[in-house]
Amino acid sequence: MQPYFHSVTLEPENCKGCTICIKRCPTEAIRVRNGKARILELRCIDCGECIRTCPNHAKRAIADDFSLLDKYKYTVALPAPSFYAQFSGQDMTISRILQSLLQIGFNAVFEVAEAAEHVSMAIRRYIESTSIRPVISSACPAIVRLIQVRFPDLIDHLAPIHAPVDIAARLAKEKLMRKMGLEREEIGAFFITPCPAKVTAIKQPIGFQNSWVDGAIPVTTVYARMLKVLPYAEDTPGLQQASAFGVQWGRATGEEKAVSVPRRLAVDGIHSVIEVLEEIEMGKFHDIDFIECQACRGGCVGGPLTVQNAFRGWANLEELTKNLPGEIDPGIEREVNRRWEEGFYSLETKIEPRSILKLDDDLSRAIEKMELLEKTVEFLPGLDCGSCGSPSCQALAEDIVQGLASEGDCVFVLRDGVQSLAEELLELASQVPGSISDRETSSKKTRLRVGEKNKGSSPARPGAGRQP
Amino acid sequence: MADIRGVETLMSVTYDIAARDFVRAGEAANKLKRLLQQLGLDPAVIRRAAIAAYEAEMNVVIHSYGGQMKVDITPETIEILCQDSGPGIPDIEQALQEGYSTASEEIREMGFGAGMGLPNIQRSADQFQIESTVGQGTTLHVTILHEAGE
Repeated sequence: MQPYFHSVTLEPENCKGCTICIKRCPTEAIRVRNGKARILELRCIDCGECIRTCPNHAKRAIADDFSLLDKYKYTVALPAPSFYAQFSGQDMTISRILQSLLQIGFNAVFEVAEAAEHVSMAIRRYIESTSIRPVISSACPAIVRLIQVRFPDLIDHLAPIHAPVDIAARLAKEKLMRKMGLEREEIGAFFITPCPAKVTAIKQPIGFQNSWVDGAIPVTTVYARMLKVLPYAEDTPGLQQASAFGVQWGRATGEEKAVSVPRRLAVDGIHSVIEVLEEIEMGKFHDIDFIECQACRGGCVGGPLTVQNAFRGWANLEELTKNLPGEIDPGIEREVNRRWEEGFYSLETKIEPRSILKLDDDLSRAIEKMELLEKTVEFLPGLDCGSCGSPSCQALAEDIVQGLASEGDCVFVLRDGVQSLAEELLELASQVPGSISDRETSSKKTRLRVGEKNKGSSPARPGAGRQP
Repeated sequence: MADIRGVETLMSVTYDIAARDFVRAGEAANKLKRLLQQLGLDPAVIRRAAIAAYEAEMNVVIHSYGGQMKVDITPETIEILCQDSGPGIPDIEQALQEGYSTASEEIREMGFGAGMGLPNIQRSADQFQIESTVGQGTTLHVTILHEAGE
C-alpha cells in the first residue's frame, strides 16, 4: 500500500506523554505508548486538532518553505481568502495585501477567492443535476478524509467538485501560459494555506492524480514576511478581482451563501460536523440541499496555521469585503457554464472509502473479534481516563483485540492485579509448615535477628582488637 | 446458534428502548451502526440497516410504552426484530402511507412524527413484516441482505 503523506507530525522531544491530544482527536488516531504520543497513519486526517490542543507544541504541520520558489522560472501566489483575514486597519485593502505578496517575491498573484466563485456555481450546477440529498461540500480536505475513514457510507453525498485552490492553480497557470508564453512546468503555483489538511490535499489529492498546485506555504510563514512591506504597499488597480461572495469563503457560512441553493446550512468545528454526519447517516437532513462542513471553528479563519484569533479574523473579513461587489461578475458565470460542460470542475476519479472501523476483512473473524471486544469492554472500568494511552476504554478494548495493547495497560486492571497478588502473598506468608509450632517459629525468628545484628556490628566496634 | 427459522445466527445483540426518552433516542440505532461498521459490512447495507433501525427505534420511543430491538447477523442477512408493548396500530395499511402520522402536536414540534417512519423502513428493507395488536403492541421484522438488494 502507498504510504500516506501527513502534514501533521509529532515532535517527540517536546512530547511529555500527557494524553491530552488523544481525547480531542476526531478519528482516535493518537495513542501514547512508552511515554510518547504516536499518530496512527491510517487514521489521521490532518485536521490539526492536536496541533491546537497540545500544550507542549509537540505537534506541528510540515509544509513548504519559501526556498521552493527558487525552483521555478515564474511564481504565482494563491492566497486563501482566510489569508486576508489576518490583516486589519483603517486603510487596509485586499489590493494592498496582494501588492505585498508581489513585493516579498512572487511574480504574480491569483485570488483563490475568484476560483471560489467558479466552484460555488459549479456546486450549484451539480446539486441541480443530482437527486442525492443533502449534498455535502468537499472543499474542506479534513472533512473529505473524515468521511472516508469514519462515514464511508456518506461518500456519495460529497460534491465531486474540485476545491477552489485546485481550480485557482489551473486558471492561473492557463492564464500565464497564454499571456506570458510560459510552459506549465516553468510556473510554480503556491497556496498560502491556513491549515495542514490543505498541505496534505496538495501532496496527496483525492479524486484526481496530480495537483496543479506546486506547494503550500503556511499563512504564518507568509505573514511574518509581509509585516515588513505591508505598511508601504499601495493600492494597485486590477489586482483585486474577486467579489464579496468569493472572499467570504474564508469563514463559515461563506460557501453556503455563495452556493445559494434554496435549502442549505453550514456547520463548523469538526466535532459539530461529526454530530451532523451521524444524523445524516440515520436518514435525517434529506430535506436539505447543501451542507457546508468546516473542520475548524469559524471556518478557514480558524485554521491551525493562521495568526489571528478566529473571531478577530471573522470580523476582519467582514471589514475587508464591505466595499467589494456583492455580485459575481456575469462574465465569470458564462465562463463557468462553458467549462462545466467540459467537465473542468469535476473530480476525475471516485473518492474511495478508507474505513478504520472494521475489525477484520473476514466476516467470521470480525465477529470473533467483536465478541472478544464486548467481553473486554465489560472487563474495563469504563472511566475513559486515557491513562493507558488509548482515548477511551472502548478504544483500548479495540487495541487489545487487534493485538496493539494488553489488559495490563489499564491502571485499574493493573491495580486489581497487584491487589490480588498482595492478598495471595499475605495468605502464603501466614501459612506455617505443619512440622513446627507457632511458638517455635517466632522464637527462631527472634534469635536469628539478634544473631545477625551481632555478626554485622562486631567488626566495626571501636577498640575491639585491643581486647585481651 | 440458530434462530426460529433454523437459520444459523453468527451474532445476536439486543437493545432496550425506553418510551419518550428523547435524550437517548437513536442510541440503539447508533450502536448497531457502529457494530456493523466494525464487522466491515458494505457501507450501503449499513446505511439501510441504520435508517431502518433508527426509524423503528423512534417509533418505539414516540408511540409505545417501551420495547426491545433484537438484531441477528446471519451469513446472508441482518435481521432486525423490534418489539414494543403499547397501543398498537389499528390500521396498518394507513400507517404505511407517506405522511400519515398519529404523533401529537408536541412530538411534531420536536421535529418528529412526519409520517415517514414506516415508509422509510419499508424502503430500506429487503423484507418487511409488521404485526400489531391494538392494546398490546407492535412487532416489526426487517430483513436486509448483505449483498446490496437493489
